[in-house]
Amino acid sequence: MRKIIDTTLFALTWIFAAITLLVLLFIVAHIVINGVPHLDARLFEFAFTTENVSMMPALVSTIFMVVLTLLIALPLGIFTSIYLVEYVKKGNKFVMLIRSATEMLAGIPSIVYGLFGMLMFGQFFGFGWSLIAGVLTLGIMILPVIIRTTEEALKSVSDGYREGGYALGAGKLRVVFRIVLPSAVPGILAGVILAIGRIIGESAALIFTAGTMPQIPETLGHSARTLSVHMWVLSSEAHHTGEAYATAVVLLLLILVVNTAAAVVAKFFITK
Amino acid sequence: MHKFREVFFEYVFMFSAGISILALVMIFVFLFANGMPAVAEVGPINFIFGTEWRPMDATPSFGVLPMIAASIYITLGAIVIGVPVGIFTAVFLAHMCPKWLYAFLKPTVNLLAGIPSVVYGFFGIVIIVPFVREISLALTGGGSGSSMLAAMILLGIMILPTIVNISESAIRAVPESYYEGSLALGASHTRSVFSVVLPAAKSGIFASVILGVGRAVGETMAVVMVAGNQARMPESIFRGARALTSNIVIEMSYAEAGLHRDSLIATGIVLLVFIFIINVAFTIVTRKSRGT
Repeated sequence: MRKIIDTTLFALTWIFAAITLLVLLFIVAHIVINGVPHLDARLFEFAFTTENVSMMPALVSTIFMVVLTLLIALPLGIFTSIYLVEYVKKGNKFVMLIRSATEMLAGIPSIVYGLFGMLMFGQFFGFGWSLIAGVLTLGIMILPVIIRTTEEALKSVSDGYREGGYALGAGKLRVVFRIVLPSAVPGILAGVILAIGRIIGESAALIFTAGTMPQIPETLGHSARTLSVHMWVLSSEAHHTGEAYATAVVLLLLILVVNTAAAVVAKFFITK
Repeated sequence: MHKFREVFFEYVFMFSAGISILALVMIFVFLFANGMPAVAEVGPINFIFGTEWRPMDATPSFGVLPMIAASIYITLGAIVIGVPVGIFTAVFLAHMCPKWLYAFLKPTVNLLAGIPSVVYGFFGIVIIVPFVREISLALTGGGSGSSMLAAMILLGIMILPTIVNISESAIRAVPESYYEGSLALGASHTRSVFSVVLPAAKSGIFASVILGVGRAVGETMAVVMVAGNQARMPESIFRGARALTSNIVIEMSYAEAGLHRDSLIATGIVLLVFIFIINVAFTIVTRKSRGT
């Protein structure tokens, strides 16, 4: 009897692991097989028309979105972590409050971020559907990711480094910027990569903030659609299935690059 | 001068840290300020327990119970599908996986975690919906395939990486001595893993399930694309239903300013309350695991 249970559990483990693997391989294979044949030059023309349904403007908008969002969230996130790790004592009320707030922020669904961004940045600040409204919304959304990973990275810097700095007569600020932060770079980078993945994949938070304009935005005030939003628009129109497959291939490729970068950084971090 | 810079930056750091709190407060303020008037006008009871959502009628009704029910059903379905597969896969990764396979399987799970929801949604449209349509035709003689079942299957796949990754680290965090002790007492490898290591990792695994629930409740685009989105009380898993998240995305683009639009923001508040409850549950579970 015991033997039977053992064998069953053993078999189930292999079967379920196989299911996980097969499901993913199937998704990726299906998209690549159906998408690659549709990847032609007209999808990469710089101007979007209803004829070429080019994804190039969306690709450019995605890059804008990633860079600008990081520009806002990265300093804020890093400064927050520095404050949490280097400046305040454990058990401080303010720290507990910040920690609960970031945990809560991390759990809020992206559509709620979208609503909030629309109400605050779009309407209250009057930015309307614009790149800047999208950037600010996503900036808040990825803040918890940056804070958490940077905090871990700062904590893992050995205290000996800090003490060595102080012993040499450096002030706190100098120790933080010259000694602690550089040693924490790989960890912070891992957080950045995670955040990039999130920005690329985001759509629900952007539809009502950055909007769905299919052209390259000329200013921060222009509406812009990222690649994920572009994919959503295409897949809701029945006659663009081929282009949707092609866009999915490009998105998969981007995520693969992001994941590989994360793995490389992690490896570098450990072996160093 | 030196002193000034030190103090100045300390305030910069403190101010940055305060932004997270400010952001959270602002989210609540903006959602409640814009959504609560609608709840008050419709009546909290009518809003939450009303079974009719007809915002465009001459005498409109704004009951979100159909969406609340659909969100709960779809999430439960996703859990039923995703959790067993996820936990067994985590066990496999932590204790049974040959090294060469791990080097392939782990990045695969991470890739699954990184795929954008719209890509999942699109996959759902082209593969899962037609598949469910076949089953539905065979069993009930009808149905378009865009249904709660399609959403359950898709979300079950989407929460897999969360369950797998977090459960795996929980299983790995169990001291090796537990496993070895069990082996020393004569238990087999499989038995040691399932009867000794797995129970010890219980709270971590439970935490992964709660995070999965959070992901499933909050997922928007993938659900919109496959669930059919009919705003009525869910009848069967083969029929369409509309989740809370979907309600916002579908109608916000054409809702006119006023009660209709505000009631969509109020839908966001309901969603926020759900997430809040899930967060509290998560905190309790993880605290417990730290305590023992």
